[in-house]
Amino acid sequence: MKKFTWLPVTIALAAGAVEGGSKQATNWAAIGMFVGFVGLTLVITYWAAKRTASAADFYSAGGGITGFQNGLAIAGDYMSAASFLGISGLVYTSGYDGLIYSVGWLVGWPIVTFLIAEQLRNLGKFTFADVTSFRLGQTEIRILAACGSLVTVAFYLIAQMVGAGKLIQLLFGLDYWIAVVLVGGLMMIYVTFGGMKATTWVQIIKAVLLLSGATFMAGAVLYKFGFSPEALFTKATEVHPKKLAIMEPGTLISNPLSAVSLGLALMFGTAGLPHILMRFFTVKDAQAARKSVFYATGFIGYFYILTFIIGFGAITLVSTDAMFLDGSILEKTKSGIAAIKGGSNMAAIHLANAVGGNLFLGFISAVAFATILAVVSGLALAGASSISHDLYGMVIKGGNANEQDEIRVSKIATLVLGVLAIVLGIVFENQNVAFMVGLAFAIAASCNFPVLVTSIFWKGLTTRGAVVGGFLGLISAVVGVVLSPAVWEVTLGFAKGSAPIKLDNPALFSMAIAFAGIWLVSILDRSKRAAADRDGFDAQYVRSQTGIGAASATAH
Amino acid sequence: MSNLAKIERDPNYQELVRRRSSLGWLLSAIMLVIYFGFILLVAYAPKFLGIPLGTGVTTIGIPIGLSVIVLAFVLTGIYVRRANSSYDVLIRKIVEENRS
Repeated sequence: MKKFTWLPVTIALAAGAVEGGSKQATNWAAIGMFVGFVGLTLVITYWAAKRTASAADFYSAGGGITGFQNGLAIAGDYMSAASFLGISGLVYTSGYDGLIYSVGWLVGWPIVTFLIAEQLRNLGKFTFADVTSFRLGQTEIRILAACGSLVTVAFYLIAQMVGAGKLIQLLFGLDYWIAVVLVGGLMMIYVTFGGMKATTWVQIIKAVLLLSGATFMAGAVLYKFGFSPEALFTKATEVHPKKLAIMEPGTLISNPLSAVSLGLALMFGTAGLPHILMRFFTVKDAQAARKSVFYATGFIGYFYILTFIIGFGAITLVSTDAMFLDGSILEKTKSGIAAIKGGSNMAAIHLANAVGGNLFLGFISAVAFATILAVVSGLALAGASSISHDLYGMVIKGGNANEQDEIRVSKIATLVLGVLAIVLGIVFENQNVAFMVGLAFAIAASCNFPVLVTSIFWKGLTTRGAVVGGFLGLISAVVGVVLSPAVWEVTLGFAKGSAPIKLDNPALFSMAIAFAGIWLVSILDRSKRAAADRDGFDAQYVRSQTGIGAASATAH
Repeated sequence: MSNLAKIERDPNYQELVRRRSSLGWLLSAIMLVIYFGFILLVAYAPKFLGIPLGTGVTTIGIPIGLSVIVLAFVLTGIYVRRANSSYDVLIRKIVEENRS
């Protein structure tokens, strides 16, 4: 039933793309709980709107979020419905392969902690471009950072919108376009009225709901097996058609180069996602930023371990119960396990029904919707900030923008992004958007990350080097994805095996091109600007290390 | 910018930079080795990860995969702990000594 190869499929999971499936009967328990969630978040937005007056309030919640709260919010931004439904669905069909993905999504966080978080907080104010342009040419670097951010956000956003529309169609029995308009509309309300404060609290509430729901589900699964993972695995290997093969790596990673390339994109893409980087400005200082990544790493790691248990739970409890299976699909899934209603990404949703009945099913469905809503809001805010702070405030107004004008621009930008997301979500309804999340990570790893890390640590970096290398990374990532099997063969429909580049993710060469470009152009740069760029490094380095002169919190 | 030169000459600052960057890059390297070691194991030795532990069905791959997740968290914890206990003290000293 799937015509594409494994790697892009699993990236599709990140997009929360749900394969096939028709609308389900309207689930009132789910709708009731979802309305409750929306009501609560709207109250929070109202509360936040009254406290959002300055640009600092709007972009960074006034710097008044604690390390622990920010840890939850970061985890919320990162634990999309995709990782929850996608990874548990992947474990359901292939077992161990799901764990390989969980590991990949997590390992970028330590790197963020060791090299990025504190320096970012010490040097920046609202967006990561504050850091990359600290000593370099404002105009050029802001434009580069805005391109990197907006392209990353756009692809991530489209993937989320399409995934959201399909998921909601399945969960709530709503029409696709209604679901997309609902998500886009609520996102615009949260961000334009409540800014970062509302977005952060929506994220925190969602993270708590998702972590508790997943904990309950994994706990219920383990309870059924006397808290013995061995007993759970034994039963799973008995009922899964692949038998013992689900306990070892399968067909997911067959080409080592492809595996390493994807690994690089996941690891360093995490450290270049604009909506994640922006969260480090919401805390009061570098110490809190550092603590927040520690909490986030803990929550995310814990969550991925739960999804692994949930996937195995679904093998034992969902695939064996005719109630959840799709009898109309005679053709089995690729791995041979029974096809479930709505496709394998619905494994966790059906498991919720199996362990907790209709009410818990409603709860988990509502949490999945809330998750999408929270993630798109974070993305929209990051995109809007890039437009208003980097492009309008710094490039067009040369850093002399009136604060209220800048906020107004970011609100307009949010509305434009929201409308655009809705339109593109509808346009791409029947397109394969699987490659888009992989592309977003590849661009983040090949454009945003190299410029960010060299600007913080390498004295020799010049404006010209950053611009050339950054754009080379951006272009090679996009070209690499277009020429990869996932887009060339699946989306564009060229013959199988004809893709010019065999790697599913371009990060391996696009990151190398970016770093090589940055290095070569910088060392050859003899311009006056280059001398100023290098001279500015020492002062920047002292500030990045000590925080002397860093933007302070303005929390009320 | 005389204040800048003064901070750069401050032994506390030099110690902070030396200790923080050596630990940061060391831990990053360890994380890279662990993760890409795991990926290469998956790519080149999937059967090794499929060796059962004892007589059960649980394979070596399960604790190895889970320990990459746990180690990522532990390494982060080591850094944060070290930073909280010693870097912050150095930073406070530097800030106080160079208040002008």
